Amino acid sequence: MPEENISISCQNVWKIFGPDPQSIIANSGNGSTKQEILEQTGHVIAVKDVSFDIKEDEIFVVMGLSGSGKSTLVRCINRLIEPTAGKIFLEGEDLSLMNEKQLRELRRHKLSMVFQYFGLLPHRSVQDNVAFGLEIRGEHGKEKDEKVAQALEQVGLKGWEKSRINELSGGMQQRVGLARALAVGAEVLLMDEPFSALDPLIRRQMQDEFINLRGTVKKTVVFITHDLMEALKLGDRVAIMKDGEIVQIGTPQEIVNEPADEYVSEFVKDVPRGQVITAESVMEEPPVLVNSEQNLAEVIEQMRTAGVDVAFITDAFGRLRGLTTLENAETALQNGLSRVRDAVQNEFLSASPDTPLDQCLPLVTDDDIPLAILDERSHLLGVVTRAALVQGMQSTDGNGNGNKNGNKSQ
Amino acid sequence: MWDFPELNFPIGEWVNRAVAWLTDNLEAFFDVITTAIREPLVWIKNDVLLWLPWWVVIIIVAAIAWKIANWKVALLAVLGLFFIGAMGRWDDTMTTIAIMVTSVIVSVIIGVPLGIISAKSDRFEAFQRPILDMMQTMPAFVYLVPAVFFFGLGLVPAVVATCIYAIPPAIRLTNLGIRQVSPEVVEAGRSFGTTGMQLLLKIQLPLALPNIMAGVNQTIMMALAMVVLCSMIGAAGLGLEVLRGMNNLDVGRGFEAGISIVIVAIILDRITAALGKKGTTA
Repeated sequence: MPEENISISCQNVWKIFGPDPQSIIANSGNGSTKQEILEQTGHVIAVKDVSFDIKEDEIFVVMGLSGSGKSTLVRCINRLIEPTAGKIFLEGEDLSLMNEKQLRELRRHKLSMVFQYFGLLPHRSVQDNVAFGLEIRGEHGKEKDEKVAQALEQVGLKGWEKSRINELSGGMQQRVGLARALAVGAEVLLMDEPFSALDPLIRRQMQDEFINLRGTVKKTVVFITHDLMEALKLGDRVAIMKDGEIVQIGTPQEIVNEPADEYVSEFVKDVPRGQVITAESVMEEPPVLVNSEQNLAEVIEQMRTAGVDVAFITDAFGRLRGLTTLENAETALQNGLSRVRDAVQNEFLSASPDTPLDQCLPLVTDDDIPLAILDERSHLLGVVTRAALVQGMQSTDGNGNGNKNGNKSQ
Repeated sequence: MWDFPELNFPIGEWVNRAVAWLTDNLEAFFDVITTAIREPLVWIKNDVLLWLPWWVVIIIVAAIAWKIANWKVALLAVLGLFFIGAMGRWDDTMTTIAIMVTSVIVSVIIGVPLGIISAKSDRFEAFQRPILDMMQTMPAFVYLVPAVFFFGLGLVPAVVATCIYAIPPAIRLTNLGIRQVSPEVVEAGRSFGTTGMQLLLKIQLPLALPNIMAGVNQTIMMALAMVVLCSMIGAAGLGLEVLRGMNNLDVGRGFEAGISIVIVAIILDRITAALGKKGTTA
């Protein structure tokens, strides 16, 4: 893993609405629930002692139902809402210490935001909406026009420059919102339920396009949603929020495989696991992995000992060259051949570690021959048997003991 | 026993004293206001509306109507103004329009900024509301007299009295318009680092424009409603003709002036209403 820099760091962030919020934090140790505090004191706890770090270029999804505090949380990051307590750092800089002017500069250059209902200006054309952020920081002329054109191109709105906002569909309007955020070139994108107001089909299309866009435009993204599938689809990591607290932070697979509590497991119960769980988390170490120059008789012996019908074979550089079945190896031995390479079958099926199980399934055609999981240099990371696949897609009891080390030793 | 006791609560006395004090001590102040109103008013009346040939005025009004509204309103303006001229009410109508235009300009200059302040400050909004209520519901006769004390007879007190009546809708609708701007759009503006002034000029005012124009429209209608009343303090124009018609029991004369007011009102209403609608789409 390359070293990763922290982009945004939230430390013990609170947001309480009410006349005396500090008193609520002081008494937070007594175990009252959000509901009890509301009834007894009239204070609403929107965000409760939330801490997390977001890495650079990561999509960090905050998932929660309405009223869970997720939208308040994202607004605390650019201080559209002032946090009651806690620290928020952007690239090591403490945002809570910033004065009005510094905050403005921060919003103009470093953080840009996309809104659920788009927040566009109906009296302006598409390109003038996209130019808004640049205009606010005083840019004009050719440079501004170029940035606007580039942003419109990125979201696929080329040719719509002069259109009026109210002539566009919801999906198109949100593209304008996204382009407006991209145009300022901020490193961090805050997205508050950007696709929630769209029709399901358009939503899915926008999600796919967003994933594609991320391939070319590197940004740290804080993505708010109430849709678990969206969270699992887009997120590098997902934080699940409930009543203002984060109950679990993890990769989509961790969330699905190892839900932290009842609440999360209830959520992930209906998740189509085949789409979320990837080969990496169900793959196993290959029982027999041999070099093509090894002695055939020894390999047959190894396979018998391990009780398996297949051996994977690497070349001199550690790349997977093929496999051989027990039967095949024995025949070769009887024919007087001595090296493993004489019995190798070059045709085999393979997949990358991030392939979802749904897509692995058709590749495991033979009960006896597991699917090879290769990294980009064709090194074998592990194998996925049909049994492991089926179990991975069914299990709800946190059994994703993926072996991520594969065969680094070879 | 049955009659209300005579408490002699001397509100009226206090008001009289206050008015007397103001007349004595703030004469210079009122003189400045008088000049500030009279100069543009007289300029609009004598150097524009009455200086231009009648047909040029009609063409200008029709062109404005066409540009802002449509050809129907333009045609209405041509026919209406021609009809007024044919009745021999041209000069009176131009005087009335000059009073109105001045009143509306003053009302907007005062009303829109106060409306903006009301939108930004809940406290100011709560403070101004009863005052605006009083300004609009107090019978206009009551402040005609102090207006005369402060500003003399003629067109200037007419403009002041008209403004007192016409400012409240400008304030109210500006306030309403800004408050009705979608909070998400305002939030979006803030999220891109707008200053308060940028937020106002680039987001709030443009989006509040239809409401502000509705306020201007109402201001114009209020001003027209004051036209007849203002003739009582010596303001010339159509109102004076109505008043003279009443005094001389000359129904025909009063009707001619009255119908001229109606025509002016309809033309101005159609034009400003179109302006308000345009704000939403343009």
